[in-house]
Amino acid sequence: MKKTLLGTVMALAMGTTAVPASAATEIQWWHAFTGRLGDLLAEQIETFNASQDDFVVVGTHKGNYSEALNAGIAAFRAGEQPHILMVFEVGTATMMSAPGAIKPVYEVMKESGADFNADAYLAPVKGYYTTPEGEMLSLPYNSSTPVLYVNRDALTAAGLDPDMDLSTWEQVDAAMDKVKEAGSDCPLTTAWQSWVHLENLSAYHDAPFATKENGFTGLDTELAFNGPLQVAHIQAMGEWAKDGKFMYAGRRNEGGANFRAGECAFFTESSAGYAGVKAEAEFEFEIRPLPYWSTVEAAPQNTIIGGSSLWVLNGHEDEEYKGVAQFLNFLSSSDVQAKWHQDTGYLPITTAAYEQTKAEGFYEKNPGTDIAILQMTSKPTTGNSKGLRLGSFDQIRGIIDEELEAVWTGDKDAQTALDSAVSRGNQLLRRFEQANK
Amino acid sequence: MTFKGWRLPVLLILPQALITAVFFFWPAGQAIYQSAFIPDPFGLKSQFVGFGNFEYLFSDPYYLASFKTTAVFSILVTVVSMSIALWLALMADRIIKGSGTYRTFLIWPYAVAPAVAGVLWLFMFNPNVGIASWYMDQMGYDWNHKLNSGQAMWLVVLASSWGRISYNFLFFLAGLQAVPRSVIEAAAIDGAHFWRRFWTIVFPLLSPTTFFLLVVNIVYAFFETFGVIHTITSGGPQQATTILVYKVFSDGFVGQDLGSSAAQSVVLLFVVGLLTVVQFKFIERRVHY
Repeated sequence: MKKTLLGTVMALAMGTTAVPASAATEIQWWHAFTGRLGDLLAEQIETFNASQDDFVVVGTHKGNYSEALNAGIAAFRAGEQPHILMVFEVGTATMMSAPGAIKPVYEVMKESGADFNADAYLAPVKGYYTTPEGEMLSLPYNSSTPVLYVNRDALTAAGLDPDMDLSTWEQVDAAMDKVKEAGSDCPLTTAWQSWVHLENLSAYHDAPFATKENGFTGLDTELAFNGPLQVAHIQAMGEWAKDGKFMYAGRRNEGGANFRAGECAFFTESSAGYAGVKAEAEFEFEIRPLPYWSTVEAAPQNTIIGGSSLWVLNGHEDEEYKGVAQFLNFLSSSDVQAKWHQDTGYLPITTAAYEQTKAEGFYEKNPGTDIAILQMTSKPTTGNSKGLRLGSFDQIRGIIDEELEAVWTGDKDAQTALDSAVSRGNQLLRRFEQANK
Repeated sequence: MTFKGWRLPVLLILPQALITAVFFFWPAGQAIYQSAFIPDPFGLKSQFVGFGNFEYLFSDPYYLASFKTTAVFSILVTVVSMSIALWLALMADRIIKGSGTYRTFLIWPYAVAPAVAGVLWLFMFNPNVGIASWYMDQMGYDWNHKLNSGQAMWLVVLASSWGRISYNFLFFLAGLQAVPRSVIEAAAIDGAHFWRRFWTIVFPLLSPTTFFLLVVNIVYAFFETFGVIHTITSGGPQQATTILVYKVFSDGFVGQDLGSSAAQSVVLLFVVGLLTVVQFKFIERRVHY
């Protein structure tokens, strides 16, 4: 028994080393997608692998966004990093501050001689991942922006015209009153509260979320989301929560279950939630632009993105980077992007993919799917609406979540909660600044 | 017995000493060393800050609150899991028919990994779709552990205690079976009823088991409940369930702040050391072996 066990172990150990070295170079890609998105991602890899013989891309699921980032960082410390790492937008500053760990995408492209034109990418999408000098550091992969989902049946049931104007929060508020009167427990719910109701709220009304152009121009940035605009908005939401007009379901996209089940009239969620709503909703729904406050003159500015980008990590062979460049180019091609955009509701990353989707008549067949793009590209971006580049932002979002929850329960008023979130978050920013001096 | 010379005793101690050195002293030393630095996440550069990490920690009101949370959580988990286990063991000890089946069922939950237990409880108490929260809603009780910190604490306590009850049950049952029947029978003949026999005879004789479980359960609540908290509340709402060890994780592996995380590990090291000394010094005195 002992002998056979030993034999098996030996065979297994030899087996892993004795695999015939294939001619193709392997490219490791660590990502955070499961389910339908994971399937679509795997399909992209298969298409790429089938299209040429020099490289084989191997996709590995490493848990959720935070876990994938941690796995990448831990692997880098151990010298076993993948070639490509999927990092959510929140981790952008962490990656940018580690020049020794990353290989900027523009550099990968230049060195491998791949055909690469940074201007082909949609400005508000690539802006998030580009240096002030316009050099693209990571390749946007899945990007979305928050929009308003409307349950048209719920509006009709409340005696409202489902085609009514819902551009401003004032109008939405009035509609929520009617929906509430008609007996609904959930006139409004939201996903990703910090992203929608603070980060995007600020950009959309051209108010700073943090100083130094939201961190784009310096590590010595300080949070600024306790200004009058944000306080007024959070205060209003706190009152809606108290009046039973806003139902809080959780920090991530838990509220989606309630909306898809038809319980809620309005739902603020990522444009990428479209596929899920379309698949499950047994009522008439519609996508509208994110509402703004009519009292703010600068609104509506543009909203900002969420999602992830692909970072190329340092420490591999030149030959392998050629494969990386080829794969990233493949991902940016119009066909791949247009398909990805239409299948998922994520934004296309290139102008060409947007034009192709339009030419195919997709937006006419699926009304509302272009709202996210229009909302992002309607105006040139300002210092407040390019995006966010803040260190330790995953944890800062956690702090914001905590403080917002205190407002929803009525424990704190909006000003106190946001002041507290700002001062706690600033401590983390100073820690981050110190670590990356 | 006494040994001649020093070679054999050293040789006999060596395996244990090596294990302690590799798995305890080396990592603990690393934690102490790293607590004096603020490194960047990728380990490319690092800055010496002396006691800066500790100053930062102890000026953070949420860190100080985490001590209280840990104390409340550990005491609740220990009391809940031990008292229910003792009660079940007492009942199981009295059964004659089918006792094996009962015991097996009671021991079963111990085989469930903490993170899995967390997910099970999370499903039942999910405010949107959970069956338990649905029943509570029917009875007019509004359950939302995502916003209500008291409910969140109870939920993680219950989920952490659940699997632990089996473990404690096993030890209590073994302890109960070691209590001499003759003593109990003598008391019964003297007219002492069940609870009286329990408090005056059985419970004191069980004290070595109880003490052992007390130490083990507190250590469990301090360190091993991590999976449950991570899956159910992630330390929320408003850090109401962020116990010390969870904060080490979230600052180190979510926030990538390894300096602060190392400093917290050092603090935790002292807290647990202190706790163990206190337990052995003061509580063990009252144990009858």
